[in-house]
Amino acid sequence: MLKRTFPSPEALRRFPFGLADIAVILGTLVLLALIARIGAGTLVSFQPPDVMPGIDLDPRNLPYYAGRSTLRMFIALLCSTVFTLVYGYVAANSRRAERVMIPLLDILQSVPVLGFLSITVTGFIALFPGSLLGLEAASIFATFTSQVWNMTFSFYQSLRTVPKELDEAMTLYRLSRWQRFTKLEVPSAMIGLVWNAMMSFGGGWFFVAASEAISVLNQNYTLPGIGSYVAAAIAKEDLPSLGWALLTIAVVILLVDQMFWRPLIAWSDKFRLEQSASADTPQSWVYDLLQTARIPRLLGKALTPIQDRINRLLSALTPPSPPRSDAPEQPNDRLYSLILLFVVGALVVTAIHFILTTVGINEVVTTFGLGLLTLLRVTVLLIFATLIWTPIGVAIGFNPKLARLLQPVVQFLASFPANFIFPFATLFFIHTHISINWGSILLMSLGSQWYILFNSIAGAQGIPTDLREMSMDVGLQGWQRWRRLIIPGIFSAWVTGGVTASGGAWNASIVSEIVSWGQSTLIATGLGAYIAQATAVGDWPRITLGIGMMSLFVVGINRLLWRRLYRLAETKYHL
Amino acid sequence: MTTMQTPPDSLIAVKQVHKSFPLPDGKGEFNVLRDINMTVRAGEVVALLGRSGSGKSTLLRIMAGLIPPSQGRVFSNGKPLYGANKNVAMVFQSFALLPWLTVQENVELGLEAQGMPRDERRHRALKAIDLVGLDGFESAYPKELSGGMKQRVGFARAFVLEPQVLLMDEPFSALDVLTSENLRGEIDDLWNAGTFPSKSILIVTHNIEEGVFLADRVIILGSNPGQVRGEVVIDLPRSHDRTSDRFKALVDYIYTIMTNPEVEVTASAPAIVSKTPTETPVPRSPYAKALPHARVGGISGLLELIIDQPDGKDDIPRLAERIQLEVDDLLPILDSVVLLGFAEVSQGDVQLTEIGQDFATTTILRSKDLFRQQALQNVPMLSSIVQTLQEKRSRSMRADFFLDLLDEYYPHEEAERQFATVVDWGRYAELFEYDASEDRLYLPELVAAAVTEEP
Repeated sequence: MLKRTFPSPEALRRFPFGLADIAVILGTLVLLALIARIGAGTLVSFQPPDVMPGIDLDPRNLPYYAGRSTLRMFIALLCSTVFTLVYGYVAANSRRAERVMIPLLDILQSVPVLGFLSITVTGFIALFPGSLLGLEAASIFATFTSQVWNMTFSFYQSLRTVPKELDEAMTLYRLSRWQRFTKLEVPSAMIGLVWNAMMSFGGGWFFVAASEAISVLNQNYTLPGIGSYVAAAIAKEDLPSLGWALLTIAVVILLVDQMFWRPLIAWSDKFRLEQSASADTPQSWVYDLLQTARIPRLLGKALTPIQDRINRLLSALTPPSPPRSDAPEQPNDRLYSLILLFVVGALVVTAIHFILTTVGINEVVTTFGLGLLTLLRVTVLLIFATLIWTPIGVAIGFNPKLARLLQPVVQFLASFPANFIFPFATLFFIHTHISINWGSILLMSLGSQWYILFNSIAGAQGIPTDLREMSMDVGLQGWQRWRRLIIPGIFSAWVTGGVTASGGAWNASIVSEIVSWGQSTLIATGLGAYIAQATAVGDWPRITLGIGMMSLFVVGINRLLWRRLYRLAETKYHL
Repeated sequence: MTTMQTPPDSLIAVKQVHKSFPLPDGKGEFNVLRDINMTVRAGEVVALLGRSGSGKSTLLRIMAGLIPPSQGRVFSNGKPLYGANKNVAMVFQSFALLPWLTVQENVELGLEAQGMPRDERRHRALKAIDLVGLDGFESAYPKELSGGMKQRVGFARAFVLEPQVLLMDEPFSALDVLTSENLRGEIDDLWNAGTFPSKSILIVTHNIEEGVFLADRVIILGSNPGQVRGEVVIDLPRSHDRTSDRFKALVDYIYTIMTNPEVEVTASAPAIVSKTPTETPVPRSPYAKALPHARVGGISGLLELIIDQPDGKDDIPRLAERIQLEVDDLLPILDSVVLLGFAEVSQGDVQLTEIGQDFATTTILRSKDLFRQQALQNVPMLSSIVQTLQEKRSRSMRADFFLDLLDEYYPHEEAERQFATVVDWGRYAELFEYDASEDRLYLPELVAAAVTEEP
């Protein structure tokens, strides 16, 4: 057990200036040194196509590469957090902004992030000529876009659902907008924000790895990192190196979880809105250590006056806003809607015009057909994942001991970047002569199936014990039991898992419908491969068309299928 | 505009205030408050008493400056009020404490907003915490406290601001009986001792006894839309002795007023400003007349309780005390019983009619017949729905159709509640069936058959 290696907080408290403090100081120093060492690497010279950073496949370099990738992840997380706070706040506090920002968020969420790489890479390289920073920024941006939408939605939702009486109390006690933000709005959103950030961060590994080694506009770009290490190993058909990379990423994910997310979750538990103490609170040994140490507290006390001054300054700058009026739509609002409609219409017309004049209507029909193929893959994936993982998930969920043991494992599997497994699967396909047209389904499922499992477990745990006992009592068995109790009971959890899994699968199709091992490349027929190929050669009309078509598919399926299932889950199968 | 004068000692004056909320889909407005005039003077405790739907909480929030009135003005200290009222502090029904702040940080919140230095606000907060008897809990988090202690924090947070008027929004209704009794007594003691941190108290309540116990003056609000029906002066020496005959008489009197919307608030209690509610014209549509929100189970349960009393007659305050139901829950049931012709209410007493006695004692099948008969006679909404269904060839209709009709007269939430009540009654009376998954109303086979047989 990891916990045993550290003395309990009680024991630590006995030391006057405790071991905990030494651990905290050492930890901080190590962290700073690591960041300095790794951060320096981002500033090396880069003059494509003459000077390009290479990847050394010696496994001893792996910690450094992993560090580079991790640093990117955290910078992206920081950007996501800042963006979330600003975007969510503005959307929740301005009715006009809300009407643009929320639908926009909805669409951005459905757009395949990887398809955008071509646009962003060229843009960022132009921004930082002669330095790796451009590529660095493009990779961070890709990771950012994979994380941010979920977090922003969660924050916006929390802001809209702040309990009414708390809101009134803050108004009546005349808190400035800054005070309201720091005392009420952010804290009440904290738990949702931290959980969403953690889940998005897990998904982010996939994108950071995919964005480190890409070919865009007939040019191969390599950014030192664990993703590009894997890419290099694939090109050299170097299996041992791949194994080392796999081990490294597993260790990194575990470390980040223990050192960063667990403490954060343990800390954020105090922001629970229920006013009664809950039985099991999340635990973290790092958090306990920080709590026991005195340095953080002393530092906090020393900084209080400065903090006070900053708070007072920001409060003075943000006087309390007048209570929200419930006035109906102003005539100005109608004008505003018209302008909005016009802008959106103009954008759509421009895009359609661009596509029609460059590649023509036939290409549109072709991509639609390719989209149907990919849709078929996603559907097959969902059906199989459901058939396999729901029974297993329910079995785990009904067994509390097993659930406690396995839930972290499933969480780990969900955040494990599937593209690290791709080369092994590719080798397997090559040797067994399985067509990539079917194989890509397996590749897509490597990342997305866990959401089904994860949510099945949660759903099964949510079925009240007395309902389960009742089902035994009246003798429900086998299929009957599934039909009457389990399926309705886990339905809403399954819908949540299904949406996430299908979104993930669409995104993954861009990298899993086209895979390579050494010199051999397997290409499936599908929209994902279409986008990947268009991106590689820099065919702008086809990139636009491909991304547009995929977004259309995702948005359409969300509207037609998932939203309806959600409503059904909320009204009929609500436990 | 007429010149508006406020009495010199008035802390809050409400002048001709109207409040309405827009109905969904631009279907007009829903009136919550109509022509409200009232004042809160220095040194008095005022209770606002009304049933649900009387807009009492809305009125309180208008005085706090949390909601702007649609028409009319609120004056605080003689000055027109814009935005949140600086001279008041509020105690909330749900406590409204921030769970991530300690007791002390919660209490300091208002002072911090004023930009008071750390030491000063700490000193004052500790004094307020001391006053409400929470010494030793300064660094506790709200979730560690019981409900009563949480509300003490709520009081301390309001006290520390030393407001002119302390507003209380049903402050004891989320607490259990014993705890609320205890806290109410302590607040009363504090007021009577003359050390109260505010000049006046305005309390919103639906508990008649609570109002009479705490207040010097009880203002009674009528419903739909909310309006001031009048006020009852509690002419008792403080602290009001609950066992005195006068106390009981006042409680009885207020019950009588509250159960009879037509009664003028006069007589019996001295010094009464009376106002006759202007007669609302006969509603045009059967859907405009609101049903009291009572389920059939509650109706028959109440009737069975009353029939056990001698002569099928019961004193309403005693009944309320016996079954531990507060006005908000009891009065809708009483209203339904009266509406359906099962009982009559007068002088604070409820008396079963013959049909009511029959209903309470007979078998289930017969009581359903009685209920159907009374409902068709007295509830236009029900008979209108049945008629609509009969006119349809399919003998069924989408629920949305009726909800739309209700939406014309109520905010959507209330329309849904009205619909739920009418469905409950109609199902029990076997007048129609409701399929929730299809969201349709059906005539049951029998009724449909009976109708087709008729030429």
